[in-house]
Formats: sequence, C-alpha cells, structure tokens
Amino acid sequence: MLKIKNLHASVEDKSILKGINLEIKPGEVHAIMGPNGSGKSTLASVIAGKEDYEVTDGDIFFEGQDINELAAEERAHKGIFLSFQYPVEIPGVSVTNFMKTAINETRKAKGLEDMPAKDMLKLIREKAELLEIDRKFLSRSLNEGFSGGEKKRNEIFQMAMLEPKLAILDETDSGLDIDALRIVANGVNKLKSKDNAVLVITHYQRLLDYIVPDFVHVLYKGRIVKSGTKELAHELEEKGYDWIKEEVNA
Amino acid sequence: MNKYTEDDLREELKTKEYEYGFYTDIKSDTFPIGLNEDIVKAISLKKEEPQWMTDWRLEAFKAWKEMTEPEWANVHYAKPDFQAISYYSAPNSKPKYNSLDEVDPELLATFAKLGISLDEQKKLSNVAMDVVVDSVSVATTFKKTLGEKGIIFMSISEAIKEHPELVKKYIGTVVPQKDNFYAALNSAVFSDGSFCYIPKGVHCPMELSTYFRINQAGTGQFERTLVIADEGSYVSYLEGCTAPSRDENQLHAAVVELIALDNAEIKYSTVQNWYPGNAEGKGGVYNFVTKRGLCETNAKISWTQVETGSAVTWKYPSCVLKGDNSVGEFYSIAVTNNYQQADTGTKMIHLGKNTKSTIISKGISAGKSQNSYRGLVKISPNADNARNFSQCDSLLMGNDCGAHTFPYIEAKNKSARIEHEATTSKIGEDQIFYCNQRGISTEKAIALIVNGFSKDVLNKLPMEFAVEAQKLLEISLEGSVG
Ligand SMILES: Nc1ncnc2c1ncn2[C@@H]1O[C@H](COP(=O)(O)OP(=O)(O)O)[C@@H](O)[C@H]1O
Ligand SMILES: [Mg+2]
Repeated sequence: MLKIKNLHASVEDKSILKGINLEIKPGEVHAIMGPNGSGKSTLASVIAGKEDYEVTDGDIFFEGQDINELAAEERAHKGIFLSFQYPVEIPGVSVTNFMKTAINETRKAKGLEDMPAKDMLKLIREKAELLEIDRKFLSRSLNEGFSGGEKKRNEIFQMAMLEPKLAILDETDSGLDIDALRIVANGVNKLKSKDNAVLVITHYQRLLDYIVPDFVHVLYKGRIVKSGTKELAHELEEKGYDWIKEEVNA
Repeated sequence: MNKYTEDDLREELKTKEYEYGFYTDIKSDTFPIGLNEDIVKAISLKKEEPQWMTDWRLEAFKAWKEMTEPEWANVHYAKPDFQAISYYSAPNSKPKYNSLDEVDPELLATFAKLGISLDEQKKLSNVAMDVVVDSVSVATTFKKTLGEKGIIFMSISEAIKEHPELVKKYIGTVVPQKDNFYAALNSAVFSDGSFCYIPKGVHCPMELSTYFRINQAGTGQFERTLVIADEGSYVSYLEGCTAPSRDENQLHAAVVELIALDNAEIKYSTVQNWYPGNAEGKGGVYNFVTKRGLCETNAKISWTQVETGSAVTWKYPSCVLKGDNSVGEFYSIAVTNNYQQADTGTKMIHLGKNTKSTIISKGISAGKSQNSYRGLVKISPNADNARNFSQCDSLLMGNDCGAHTFPYIEAKNKSARIEHEATTSKIGEDQIFYCNQRGISTEKAIALIVNGFSKDVLNKLPMEFAVEAQKLLEISLEGSVG
C-alpha cells in the first residue's frame, strides 16, 4: 500500500529525513517510535504532502503510484489521512460543516454528487456514537477552545468519517486520559480491516497496548535505526532510548 | 487640466447647451455633461416635480458649490471631474445588447457561478428580453399583499407625486442636504431611488427587496432611498443583489435615510457588488454613500452589509439614537481584493437615555488592497446609561494588503459603558494544509475560513441573502492566494 524508498527531505535547507525505507501492506499496523525531534512528524507531513517540506531524494509510492507530485488534497482523495499532532483552529467553522465540506470535496474529486443530507446526518450520528462524542460538540468551531483530549478525539472522529485507506496517527495518545485513550483506540480498531492500514506515531508503549502493531520502527536523527515486532516497544518502554542512541553513535 | 478656469467651463457649457439644443429640447434622453443651476432645475422639471422639490434641490446645489470633496478617508484615487458627468439620462433607456452572446463572457461566467438563471442574466446585463410571466406574476402578488397592509413601496419619483406630504415631511431630516459633499450632490441631482412607508403597527410580512423595483427603473448613479417605519411597525429591507453590477458610471453617490418612529424596527441589509475594476486596478466604480437612520423611543435599526465591490468605497451607515431605549446595530463584512480600497464603518450617536449600540465589523483584505474600518461612538451628555460594544476583526490574506482600524470614541456622560475589541489575523499555511489534508482544495479552504470568520455577520442576513452572500465571498476571493 505504502512504499517509501530512500526518502530524504529537508525544510528551509535543513536536512531532516535522511534515507527512510518503509513498506506498509494492507491490513498491517506499524508503529514509529523515537525521541523528540527525530523527524516523526516530518515523515508524516511529507507523506501527506505538506509543501514546506522538500523531498530531495527517494520516492513515495501509494498503491503503486508515485505520489511525490500530487498535492496534499489529491493524496487525501486517494485515502491518506493524517491525525495531526497539533490540530489547528478554524474559528467559525463547525465540526459538522468542516466534515461535510471534506466529504463532499472528496466525492467531487471522484466524480460523485454531494452526499444527500440525510445520509450525511446518519453517518455523523453513527461515527459520533462510535467515539462517544456529544452532539453539541459537533456544532462548535473546529478545535477552537478544545482541550487537548477533545482535539485528538475529534481527529479520530474525522478519520472515522473519511474512512481512509492509510491512517497516520501522529501522537494521538498525547493529551488523552486513560478513558479517552480507550475510546479512541477502540474507534481505530473498529475501523481496521484487511484492506486498510495504520501508521501509529507515538512516544509511549501505552497506546500500543490497545492498538497492537505488527511492526515497530525506531526513528532517530532522520533514519529508521531499528525495526522489530511489538516486543521492541516493550523493550523501549523499559530501557528508554539511550541504548539505541549509543548503538547508533557507536 | 489645472489651467481650466471657470470661464472656460462656462464657455464650454454654453457651447454644449447650444450643441444639444438644451433649452429647447427638454425631451432629450440624456443631458449634456456638467452641473449648474439650470441642470438641477431641468432634472426636476423632467421628473415633473412640484416646486418645493425643485427648491429643495436648488438649496442643496447651492450648498454643494461651497463644499470641497473630503480627503480624510484612507483612500487614494483620481478625483472625479464633476463637470464631466451627465446628470440625467432617461431611466428606460433601451437595452444595450440584443443577445447574451454580445455580453462579456467573464461576466456571464460569474453569473453562472452565482447560480443566476438565464432570464435574470439577461435582465442584469441589459439584454432585450420578453416579459417573463413568472416574475411579473410574482411582482403582482407582491404588490397586492403590500397594498392590503397599507404599505407603500415605490420609486421615490412616484412617491414625490403620489405621497408628497410624506416625502416632504421626512426627506432630508436624517441626512440634511448640507450633510457632506456627496450627500449635497445627491440631494441636488438624485435621479431615482426607493420609497417605503410602513403604517403604524404593521409588521411587513415579506422582505422588501429593491430587486422588484429595479425591474421598473434602473439603478441610478445618484440614488435616494427613504424608508419610514411608523410607530410599532417592522420592516426588513434588502438592497442590492449579488450579481456583479457593471456600470458605465464611475461615480456613485447614494443617500439612504431610515426613520424608525416609536417602537418601530428597521432591518436594512445590503449586498453590494459594484464592479471593482480589473486585476490591475483599472476601471471600477467609486462608491460614496451616506446612509443614516434615526431611532425614536424604543426603536431599533440594524444595518447589515456585505461589501465586495467598488474600486473605492466610502461608506458609514450610522444610527442616531435619539429616543430613550433605542437600539442601533451595525454588522458588516467588507472584502477587498486586488487594488480595491475601502474606508467603511459606522457612527453610533447616542442621544437618548439607556440607548444601546452594537458594532461588528469584519474586514477581509487580499491582493494589494487596503481595508479600513472607521467608527465613531458618541455619547452625548444626556445619554445616561448608554452602552456600546464594538468588535472589529481583520483577516489578511498575503503580505501585500493592509487592514486599518480607526475607532473614535467621544463620551460626554460618565455613566457610559463602551467596550471595544479588535483582532487581526492571517490565514495560516497550517490552516490551509489542515484543510488540504482533509481533501479540501486551497481555494475552497479559503472560502471556508473566510465564511467562518464572517459568520457572526452572515448570520444576521435573511436566510436567502446569506446563502448568496457566502457564494459571493468565495467568488470575490478567487485566485487571491497563489
Ligand atoms: N517547519 C520547520 N522548520 C524548521 N525546522 C523544522 C520544521 N519542522 C521540523 N523541523 C525540525 O525538524 C526536526 C524534526 O522535527 P519533527 O519531525 O517534528 O520531530 P518529532 O515529530 O520526531 O518530534 C526538529 O529538529 C525540528 O526542529
Ligand atoms: Mg512530532
């Protein structure tokens, strides 16, 4: 589904990703861990097509197609979704209105008519229930005055609405208390199927108890320095990152 | 041009008058260019006005001659040559085009985007058309309903003839002839406009839209509107339309007077989309408008406006809160793009006790445009317990445009409570990327963000108008982020 080959990317002439290789197949859950500043969010943004980041070398294939030249919205239309580490506020635009626009724009790109209001309402109700989101919440301005946990839950609600093929969750667990974490993880697991894939970016093992990864990668200084199974996550939890750093720097 | 003396002018006028046989041919459809007392008289004569109206115009003209064009606004433009304008042309001038094929395709494309029907497109772009049965019947039903309630809604020219006592009593009472340069000019030469009277205690059952009236007489360069809501009545009045108005007349100077008598309420909504000039800033309408409302006891006036057009806009819809407990509101969205310049805002004059005013202004600037808010809140010594809340928000798109806020406060009564809030924000790359990531294109993302920013004001518009206004905002900002 996603194939990244020797990816190098820089921002403002500062090289951040320095040769990433990663392959994610349908039905898989991958986790990327690593210390702060190692390039996890950058990788997520590059996959999603943020223009500030320049790909200086390497390729990204999505479902066999080189997507490097595609605009961010075109990648979204293909089924790439990013749950942001820091979701932005859009004052005056309600969650519902935002979702309606996103869904209809995606449909338009596929040559489909707008979703009938009745179906839209049904979908919203269903997904809001899945994530235990209050109806009142949906009429609030997007992310404006949301608590950290509300923002993250809202990201996953959007994911549920858009049903992407590849969902990248960037530190979705930060800011969530244990109940919210369970709700969000449960939502992600319910949406999982053999046809879609999830890339979980996290600092902590905690989330991985709920969303169980098939593979765990450690990103450090712009490179994947270690890959393994979920045992690796436990090891990191126990020993921290220092031993990895030592290994790399040795 | 600066060598051009008054003598030259007089000379030129003489020859022109001669050339066009002005004195003898009052039937001509368009007057020669230039402005003098005879032209003012001729306009009045042509419109078969009573003597008092002619005198009123002449008085205005006298005042205007002594006045100079104001220069305090934050706009820069080549001053119009007031002697190079023709001050009268017949309202029923013939269509300019025989079919839509002859109309500027860019204009038609915009009509299509706004979802305007073909028939309406023809009407708006001055194409000859057969009578549309449907719209005639709508207009007729409309008239009948209003008639039953005793509501008067007609052109001001008709009103001067049919209801002279009302016009005479109220015209110029809110915006006096000498109020300002453009108002004086308008008072002297106004071509047409609307008149509306709501009798005591009547709640006008429908939105009164100038659209219905405009079918009968074209919009004028110097429009005059007079709305009177008698005691305890209510009216919602819609002015303008979202369709782009292209007009040969570069200068527009309208006057709108609202009178809300005791316990009456007037809601006046405007969507204005005059031609702003092309992307390089060429052409475009100069819009210098004086709008003011007077509130008697317990009365309320709300101005709501969405302004996207004009090359230069100079406009301050105001409320004089004369009666105790009266309420004034101003809700505005002003969009400027390319080289547009807008200096708009409001004046809230608190005279009565317990008077209340609210100002919400949303300025959106893109391209190389300049957008200024200028507002005055004045609390007179007798206005005990007056309250005002003002909020002025500016949204910038790009680095070449400007937003300016000039709030003036004059409080002469210690019990006044005045609150002012102002914010300036920029559409962030992060906001756009967030939308993009959800499958929303940059253009659509901007529309969404702008609509969100303007929501507090859009919500004040009548439903149908609000939908149109939203589309209009989108179109006005198209291509403004590269
Ligand atoms: N837009 C940017 N401009 C400049 N530096 C950036 C930008 N985005 C990320 N960086 C830098 O790139 C490095 C990796 O950041 P990031 O991808 O956010 O790491 P992580 O998500 O792993 O904590 C950091 O050193 C950060 O300062
Ligand atoms: Mg990060």
